[in-house]
Amino acid sequence: MEAKTLFDKVWDAHVVKKVEGGPNVLYIDRHFIHEVTSPVAFLGLKNRGLKVARPDQTTATPDHNVPTTNQHLSIVDELSRNQVDKLKANCEEHGITFHGLGTEGHGVVHIIGPEQGLTQPGMTIVCGDSHTSTHGAFGAVAFGIGTSEVEMVLASQCIMQPKPKKMRITVNGDLKPGVTAKDIALYIIAKLSTSGGTGHFIEYAGTTFKQLSMEGRMTVCNLSIESGARGGLIAPDETTFEYVKGRKYAPKGEEWDKALAYWKTLKTDDNAVFDTEYTFDAADIEPMITYGTNPGMGIKISENIPTSDGLKGNDKKSFQKSLEYMGFKEGEPILGKPVDYVFLGSCTNGRIEDFRVFTEYVKGKKKADNVVAWLVPGSVAVEKQIREEGLVEILEEAGFELRQPGCSACLAMNPDKVPAGKYAVSTTNRNFEGRQGPKSRTLLASPLVAAACAIEGKVSTPTNF
Amino acid sequence: MPIDKFVKITSPAVPLPIENVDTDQIIPARFLKAVERKGFGENLFRDWRYLDNNEPNPEFVMNKAEFSGSILVGGKNFGSGSSREHAAWAIYDAGFKVVVSSFFADIFKGNALNNGLLPVQVTPEFLDEIFETIDKNNKAEFTVDLENQTFTNNTSGNSFEFEINPYKKTCLLNGYDDIDYLVNMKDEIEAFEQNK
Repeated sequence: MEAKTLFDKVWDAHVVKKVEGGPNVLYIDRHFIHEVTSPVAFLGLKNRGLKVARPDQTTATPDHNVPTTNQHLSIVDELSRNQVDKLKANCEEHGITFHGLGTEGHGVVHIIGPEQGLTQPGMTIVCGDSHTSTHGAFGAVAFGIGTSEVEMVLASQCIMQPKPKKMRITVNGDLKPGVTAKDIALYIIAKLSTSGGTGHFIEYAGTTFKQLSMEGRMTVCNLSIESGARGGLIAPDETTFEYVKGRKYAPKGEEWDKALAYWKTLKTDDNAVFDTEYTFDAADIEPMITYGTNPGMGIKISENIPTSDGLKGNDKKSFQKSLEYMGFKEGEPILGKPVDYVFLGSCTNGRIEDFRVFTEYVKGKKKADNVVAWLVPGSVAVEKQIREEGLVEILEEAGFELRQPGCSACLAMNPDKVPAGKYAVSTTNRNFEGRQGPKSRTLLASPLVAAACAIEGKVSTPTNF
Repeated sequence: MPIDKFVKITSPAVPLPIENVDTDQIIPARFLKAVERKGFGENLFRDWRYLDNNEPNPEFVMNKAEFSGSILVGGKNFGSGSSREHAAWAIYDAGFKVVVSSFFADIFKGNALNNGLLPVQVTPEFLDEIFETIDKNNKAEFTVDLENQTFTNNTSGNSFEFEINPYKKTCLLNGYDDIDYLVNMKDEIEAFEQNK
């Protein structure tokens, strides 16, 4: 029998048909939808006179647009409110489960899926959001899609996709103190660039990933798209099974035993072949931060900003344009640079573990006066756990306050916008020009680095943690 | 929504020699709040195209009278980032039928094809030639022939044979979309579900 990768096993089990000279018709187990990329798809269905094929395999939550304060009140921004209302109405019309603001299931779409046990090993999962790759942490084939494709899945529970190439990224060894899953991801993206993964699905392998919690694995898989890859996945193991077991939509009883037996087969065969392979050593990874306007422009926080020597043509111009936007000079240290805002949250780093790390670091310290900090839990469940674990009191003592769940300043569709020219150290996924507000400047980092920056009021390395 | 047919066009091109043009630059998130597919073209490249006072930025290529045409030429790794199909809609609604680059991000490429916007991937060398040709003559014309899969620089006469999935090519030539195809597969999909 042909040796298969984990990705092959999951993908091939969902191919309904191979279109001659074309893509595969891929069956989708789980479809997550949100308010921004779904309304035009529902409109398309309506125009064609179609119903949603499998409402029971579809789950909705408004996250991109929502305010992170006073969620019990009506949304002030008319357009945002309209999108959220439209999602609710579409879900009601088609019988789709809708997790509205303030309800116990609400949160960022990629946070609530795993939390509720909707995300399981071996599934195919899509959502009209590029960070759907997050769910790959469970050994699922999960990827972001456009609105036309959302319409396809709503209409047929299938999607037409060419099968991507396969890449394996192996990282072995123990992480140094202060190095987190986010640093591994930023390190990998800096090595591959933002286009190095294009056309591929990544499998993350090696002892370093094995040692990560599910939260850490989700952070790594979440950022797969930032190297250009469609998605990334990690073979499920005891850590995965332990996380899924007992969750609301996880299989129960005999169904669990059956599922578990299948999930245990989900690993790459010994002699399976990848199109592209990379191997890195965990010992080389240090706390990372970005200095430019794409996630591939990352360095160890102790390093100087690179120079454009050796670049030419459009490469050089693009690099210089990026530094000019950021207000940085070639070759200067990033340590000590000003920080105006700190944002903890998003589908990348809005889980309980991220809040624990941040809180642990700021415990007994004081937030710098020059920093505005936004701490936004990824979901109502995360917010609840933060309160139950007593983290809020510690945060408040240190000068921080907790907001309500949503995507928030990650993409600034809601009122949480970083003003023009200001610097934000952000635990999110993109530092594109204007991502966190028109002319805002973003430095991507881990929750631990963000905590250090919030305390020191400038770009700083975490110490004595 | 069914797509417009694409067969062949000849047009000048609008150059955007910037690398890693991400979908947040193509259309910033704050302009994604519509619930219908309209008005996105006005906000294409919003933060580059307009000044802080919302007046057109005279420095941006789309605001320069000497540049026009239905072909947009971008630097490498065009369309990276978010999966927002609004990026493809904005480009199409602003009057472009073709985007040329030496490298496209996957999701953007799929979204473009699903909307009748043809992504043409050329070699870095050919991309440089296109930029140089436009630099010398901003009215220089290019011909995109989908049937023959060629992108021709009408000034130099050089032609590049680009790749496209045969299925997607048929869809574009005929204005078909994937949803029709999938809806017609209902029985096969239900049979698949039974056997899962």
